Amino acid sequence: MSDATINQAGMATGEAGFGDYFALLKPRVMSLVVFTALVGLAAAPVAVHPMVAFASILFIAVGGGASGALNMWWDADIDRVMKRTARRPVPSGKVTAENALAVGLTLSVMSVVMLWLAAGAVAAGLLAFTIFFYAVVYTMWLKRSTPQNIVIGGAAGAFPPMIGWAVATGGVSVESVLMFAVIFMWTPPHFWALALFMKSDYENAGVPMLTVTHGRKVTRKHILVYTILLAPVALGLCFTSIAGPAYWTASIVLNALFLKGAVDVWRRDEPVAEADHYKVEKSFFKLSLAYLFVHFGAILLDATLKSMGVWA
Amino acid sequence: MSFREPHELHKRRGGLNIGVGVVLVLFVAVVFGLTIAKVSTNGFQMKPGATSGQTQSQTGGGN
Repeated sequence: MSDATINQAGMATGEAGFGDYFALLKPRVMSLVVFTALVGLAAAPVAVHPMVAFASILFIAVGGGASGALNMWWDADIDRVMKRTARRPVPSGKVTAENALAVGLTLSVMSVVMLWLAAGAVAAGLLAFTIFFYAVVYTMWLKRSTPQNIVIGGAAGAFPPMIGWAVATGGVSVESVLMFAVIFMWTPPHFWALALFMKSDYENAGVPMLTVTHGRKVTRKHILVYTILLAPVALGLCFTSIAGPAYWTASIVLNALFLKGAVDVWRRDEPVAEADHYKVEKSFFKLSLAYLFVHFGAILLDATLKSMGVWA
Repeated sequence: MSFREPHELHKRRGGLNIGVGVVLVLFVAVVFGLTIAKVSTNGFQMKPGATSGQTQSQTGGGN
C-alpha cells in the first residue's frame, strides 16, 4: 500500500494502529468475560495462587477477544450495513479481513495452550469449546440461519464463569452450571429488548432476528417467557454453597423488577412504543445489564465476606 | 543534509510496533511470573527419575 492511499482521518487505509487491533477484540464484551470468569474463580471453594489466577483470567480474556476477532472477520459484510457496527475495524477498512482472521486464529490457539499450562485441561478445553461455539456455531451457522440464533448462541457468553470455576477446582459442578444457566437464560431477553428498538439495523443486514421473522408481538411474548424461565434459575443459585446474604437479597429484588419489566414490555404495542421512542424497552434493556452485573457482583461480595469470616 | 519529517503513516506504524513490543514484554513477564508461582507452590516436584535417568545415560555411555 502506498502512502498516497492514506486519507487524513486515517480511515479505510488498511493501515491500522494498535488501538484498532485492540478494538478487534471487542473490549466491552471482554470486560464482561473477565468479570464473570473472575466471579467463577473467586466463588470456587479452592484457593488459587494469585499469579495463576491473574494469568488464567488474562488468557480467558484473550480467548474471548480472539473469538470476537473471528466474529468480526466473518461478519464484516453485515457489520458494514448496520449503524451500530459500521465503525468496527474491519467494516471501516482500518483492519483487513485477512489480518482479523490471523489475529483471531493466533490468539485462539495461544490462549488455549497458555490456559492449559496455567490451569489444566478442563479449563483449557472449556475455553476452546467456547471459542469454537461463538465463532463457528453462532457466527458462521446460527446467526444468519435461525431466529433462535440468540438463544443457542448465548451459550458462548455463558461459559466464562464455568471456566473460572474450572481454573480453581479443575472440574464442573452444580454451582458453575447454574452460573452458566443464569447468563444463558438472561441473553435472549437482553438481546431481544435491544432488537425491539434497533429493528431497522437487523432488517437491513438480513439477520433473522425474532423481531424480523416473527414480528414484535411474538418477540415481546418471548421476552416475557424467557424472563419467567430465568427467575427460578437465578433463585436456584440461592440454595447452593456460593450464595450468601448479598446474593439472596439481590436475586429476590432483581427478579421481581425484571419480571415486572418484562410484563410491561409484553403489554405494550407498537404505536404506544413508537410514541414514546421505546422508553420502556430501553429501560428494560438497561435493567438487564444491571441484572447480570449485580447478580455476579453479589456472588463476588458473598465470596469476599465468606473469606473474611463474616458468614459461614 | 536534512531529515524529512515522519509521515503520519510512519507515526501510526511506530505506535503499532511499540504496542506489540509492550505486549510481548508483558507476555514474557506473565510466563515468568507463572513459572515462579508454579515452582513455588506447595507440592511441586520434579518427575521422579528425571535427573537420575540423565545420570544413568551419562554413566551408561562409558560401559
